[in-house]
Amino acid sequence: MAKFDTLSLHAGQEPDAETGARAVPIYQSASFVFPDSDTAAGLFNIERGGHVYSRLSNPTNAVLEERLAALDNGVGAIATASGQAALHLAIATIAGAGDHVVASASIYGGSHNLLHYTLSRFGIETTFVNPRSIDDFRAAIRPNTKLIFAETIGNPGLEVLDVPAVAAVAGEHRLPLLVDATFTTPWLSRPIDQGADLVMHSATKFLSGHGVVIGGLIVDGGTFDWEASGRFPTLTEPYDGFHDLVFSEEFGPAAFITRARKEGLRDFGACMSPTTAFHILQGVETLSLRMERHVQNAQLIAEFLEAADGVESVSYPGLPSHPDHALGRSLLPRGCGGVLTFTIAGGRPAGIKLIENLSLFSHLANIGDAKSLVIHPASTTHHRMSADALASAGIGEGMIRISVGLEDPTDLTDDLKRGLRASQPRPKR
Amino acid sequence: MRLEINDTPTFVGTASRAPRPDAPSILMIHGAGMDHSVWTLPARYFARHGFNIIAPDLPGHGRSGGDAAATIESIAAFCTDLLNALAVKRCHVVGHSMGSLAALSLAGEGVIAIESLSLLGTSAPMPVTDVLIDTASSERMKAYQMANAWSHSQSGTFGANENPGYSNFNLGQRLMERCDEGVYAADLSACNSCARGMDYARACRAPALVVIGSDDKMTAPVRGASVAEALDNPQVVQLDGCGHAMLTEAPNAVLDALIARISPAT
Repeated sequence: MAKFDTLSLHAGQEPDAETGARAVPIYQSASFVFPDSDTAAGLFNIERGGHVYSRLSNPTNAVLEERLAALDNGVGAIATASGQAALHLAIATIAGAGDHVVASASIYGGSHNLLHYTLSRFGIETTFVNPRSIDDFRAAIRPNTKLIFAETIGNPGLEVLDVPAVAAVAGEHRLPLLVDATFTTPWLSRPIDQGADLVMHSATKFLSGHGVVIGGLIVDGGTFDWEASGRFPTLTEPYDGFHDLVFSEEFGPAAFITRARKEGLRDFGACMSPTTAFHILQGVETLSLRMERHVQNAQLIAEFLEAADGVESVSYPGLPSHPDHALGRSLLPRGCGGVLTFTIAGGRPAGIKLIENLSLFSHLANIGDAKSLVIHPASTTHHRMSADALASAGIGEGMIRISVGLEDPTDLTDDLKRGLRASQPRPKR
Repeated sequence: MRLEINDTPTFVGTASRAPRPDAPSILMIHGAGMDHSVWTLPARYFARHGFNIIAPDLPGHGRSGGDAAATIESIAAFCTDLLNALAVKRCHVVGHSMGSLAALSLAGEGVIAIESLSLLGTSAPMPVTDVLIDTASSERMKAYQMANAWSHSQSGTFGANENPGYSNFNLGQRLMERCDEGVYAADLSACNSCARGMDYARACRAPALVVIGSDDKMTAPVRGASVAEALDNPQVVQLDGCGHAMLTEAPNAVLDALIARISPAT
């Protein structure tokens, strides 16, 4: 198998046979012409490879999907309209009313909303657990549990998930483990290699890398035995919506990703635009180079902040002071990502002053841009969470989250020095 | 479909369609370390066009019980027993790799009436390097990686899959990883020890098809061509740039070749 950097550039694509185009063309077409009626029927009936309608598949998206499947060591992938769409598609493929999810309490606020508020309206309950407590994951599992969900690095708590340990718990109960690897990308972490069964990404972030598009991906490791589990009739029993197709029988290791495309993408329709797929592919081509710099800069900024006046604490798994530092070194040997949080002296008012006095760090709701970003999670990305939920996710009033970009790190530390000075009371003369 | 063959629980893929007694049948025999799911796309095509699909998980493979057969002739005997159990008197036979040798054995022995014989990625003999057989016995996961890499062409390794969104390379790997201990080694030994493949080919009188991947490193194109020469006026289709894993690397071309052989009027 080719190495990571080669796959980043070549997986899923050959130069265009018609035109010789080296770059992946944007196939901006809603539909694709059938050569004859039998081929049309065959494409609908999953007898042939090809494309029908861009909600179901598209040649540009297919390159991105196959590339991420290769990079994540999965059997297949689906590009979705957003990371949220990827999470919803994954859950909707295997769970329904009356089912239950066990999720880390330290996850992206949007994911928390989906699980806690929205899916509960549709009869899917979630129990949130401390991602550092393997016993809590185990204790939360019920007979109707269908999925365990967590992030490789919690947002914004920055807990490093012990993927092998959580995967072992999932395995004990024959449950799939879905890991959101948005913070790490396949360059820093391949959860499937560590025992996870499904991986999702918000491709808006580091995969795209330039803050220009919204997109998501779900990757199927092909490792989970749906039949042996006995909990997943959507994959192991005849499906009325496809002439009694039994996905686990006909598609074996690719049962999940096939059902997700043939049902969830078809019916919920949260597909990715081919132009978006093109932009994300540009990011993926330089993924390892950018992630190396993100990690280097984040480490430098974390060390700077840890020594800076006006900073009460810094959370970054690359720092020896972080409780998951050793785990991070073990599971994330290439580094712990480009996001860190810190708590500023003076609480929320000081945080506001800091943010409003930064010039290189852009104040916005995103991470993984080439440019450095800053936000106050308690009042923005996680504002719908209750005080208890914020506390259990480790989000304090004074917490600032920054996504460290690719600028020269000395310019970033100079910017932070200015912001910190403005945020703190001036010493009396 | 699940049934007992020689007291062994046997799973047979049917493309999710119940068999019809009056319909023509196609027996599809998978390769070493695989199962019936490699046939899903062509099986679904022919099922839609009125054929009964008989795509077994060979003993020891996939959802079937029992031990993997030690010889190609044993696989052929299992297939004969399966067809008898299903009261199938005549059928088309399709085989890939190890399955192609079993298909040749069925055709050469003349025990059942074969309407057509399609051999994908074939070779007779089908020598397997000792390194791979030994590794399959001692470190099967490593053997799967070796075989999976050798089964794909250069371009097949990178993908550009006709089937959107799948990684054929990783799919092949995962499928083999589902094999129980000893199954893949037994399959490879059965291929390696089959000495009568060319005899079977010369004895076969059924209309035949040989599909050759130009970049096939497991069953070299020249070996597939030799089998074709021994058959009686077969159709020969060469897939340029395709490796041994032709059912996933070139699913549409393989299907078109099978349609031309099995049901050209469809």
